[in-house]
Amino acid sequence: MTTTAPPPTTSTAPAHRAHVSDRVRAEKRLGWMLAGPAFAVMLLVTAYPIAQAVWDSLFSYRLTDPGNRTFVGLNNYWVVLTDALWWQSFGVTALITIITVSVELVLGFALALVMLKALNWLRPVLRAVILLPYAIITVVSAFAWQFAFDLTSGFVNSWFDWIPGISADTDWFGGTGTSLLVICLAEIWKTTPFISLLLLAGLAQVPDVLQEAAQVDGATWWQRMWKVTIPNMKAAIMVALLFRTLDAFRVFDSVFVMTAGANGTETVSFLAYRQTIARLEIGLGSAVSVLLFLSVVLIAFGFIKVFKVDLSQARGEK
Amino acid sequence: MSTRERTLWIVAGIAIILYALFPIGWIVSLSFKAPADISNGQFLPTVFTWENYSLILTGDASELFLPALLNSFGICLIATALACLLSMFAAYAIARLDFPGKRLILSTALGVAIFPVISIVTPLFNLWRQIGLYDTWPGLIIPYLSLTLPISIWTMSAFFREIPWEMEQAAQVDGATTWQAFRKVIVPLAAPGVFTTAIIAFFLAWNDFVYGISLTSTGAARPVPAALGLFSGASQFEDPTGAIAAAAVIVTIPVIILVLIFQRRIVAGLTNGAVKG
Repeated sequence: MTTTAPPPTTSTAPAHRAHVSDRVRAEKRLGWMLAGPAFAVMLLVTAYPIAQAVWDSLFSYRLTDPGNRTFVGLNNYWVVLTDALWWQSFGVTALITIITVSVELVLGFALALVMLKALNWLRPVLRAVILLPYAIITVVSAFAWQFAFDLTSGFVNSWFDWIPGISADTDWFGGTGTSLLVICLAEIWKTTPFISLLLLAGLAQVPDVLQEAAQVDGATWWQRMWKVTIPNMKAAIMVALLFRTLDAFRVFDSVFVMTAGANGTETVSFLAYRQTIARLEIGLGSAVSVLLFLSVVLIAFGFIKVFKVDLSQARGEK
Repeated sequence: MSTRERTLWIVAGIAIILYALFPIGWIVSLSFKAPADISNGQFLPTVFTWENYSLILTGDASELFLPALLNSFGICLIATALACLLSMFAAYAIARLDFPGKRLILSTALGVAIFPVISIVTPLFNLWRQIGLYDTWPGLIIPYLSLTLPISIWTMSAFFREIPWEMEQAAQVDGATTWQAFRKVIVPLAAPGVFTTAIIAFFLAWNDFVYGISLTSTGAARPVPAALGLFSGASQFEDPTGAIAAAAVIVTIPVIILVLIFQRRIVAGLTNGAVKG
């Protein structure tokens, strides 16, 4: 009678498995029921418009002349990519991105160090004031900087007229270089706090033990910074860089307020805006929008592949 | 820390305070300058005046500013509330349940967050005109979700992950009903995360400029940043500098209040979502 024993085990095992997979299925269904609406809305407000933009970009289409909507294939892209205006605005955008992000990284690191070392009573004060530029409306910050450098309302010219090249009638918004300088200053002021808070979080994660060990071994402050601190917070640095680079590449508000794209300060976002909203050239504007989107995707992809930015770490999935 | 080192860090701290407050102080100072005083080439006004504030709150420019202020508050609050509601469910699922697609949802949120707004606005501009959403509140609330929803999902799931959910069972073992356990234990633990997320999402919506100038044409839905940006070019007959400065100060006040009260939470929310686990 040894055959009586096996049947129960063989019959309970599948039942147990079926029970588990039921639970898994129920959990999966509940998960999608809860997260599904948010997911669907995200797709609706981005994937749908970008698909529409790709479609629109294949037509020659002006809103002022809707009857003349004709399919032109990739011609709009050809027109944009062979136009000096596109390359000019692409260059300006890249320049603003590189200057602001690199200055912000260094300045943000310095701010993070000061916040880390700040005395207990000073730390909350610093944390509050550093949040102000981050939280302020970009347009407001752009106006503040514009008015400061402006010929009539500004104080910069009269404060700094002892510097060679600056006098009471220095017109900062009269040339490309000086306009871009002020735009970059405003951007740097506004977004450095974000980088510095991310870096501060990274700094706080570097184990003190490592620092102390290096100090005992006779490493200088500078050596400890380069050999211990920075390698240990590489992930935080990369995430901060990635977010800010993508953000900087979309620069629009400050340019709109300060120069409205005059004097060769037009950025890619501004070019897309001007084609679509101001000139009502839906076809051409869509092509510029799609190209901007592709640039952003390429930058993100480059960061993730080349610099090996680990976004699962950014997400807290260790 | 030696006294010398201590002084050095305090000086550095004061430099940070100056860095952050100087441009804000400048726009406040500018808002108190009379028209004749604006070109005095100095940081401070020679005479303080409320003229600019009365111009935008009760004077000629109030027809432009007050509706815009109402639009900004209404649209941003609704967009924030909707995003928080949707992401509360999503974040709960991401933090507590194990289901395939979790990574997909979080990656999508990241993708949407880095999306260039201008690429969305081009097709919406055309579509909204056709279906009658152009220059309406819903016409801005819907695209604002692309700003508020990804950060909400991201930040809230990071917060929810840190909640000790087993306390719910502990309460039930101690005799609480499911509903009591949820209301008395989980809600108080989750509320700060939801609240912080709402503040950060509100900042993003409040800051919007591109949607505001592209998808509106009148005071019916135009928010303050857009009204400010276009105001500068609109009135040629009068120097708008003082009025813009006063309006800029007024829209900055809510932001400053939120930052001062909730700074610790905002910092936790920003960095939780992005770096820490």
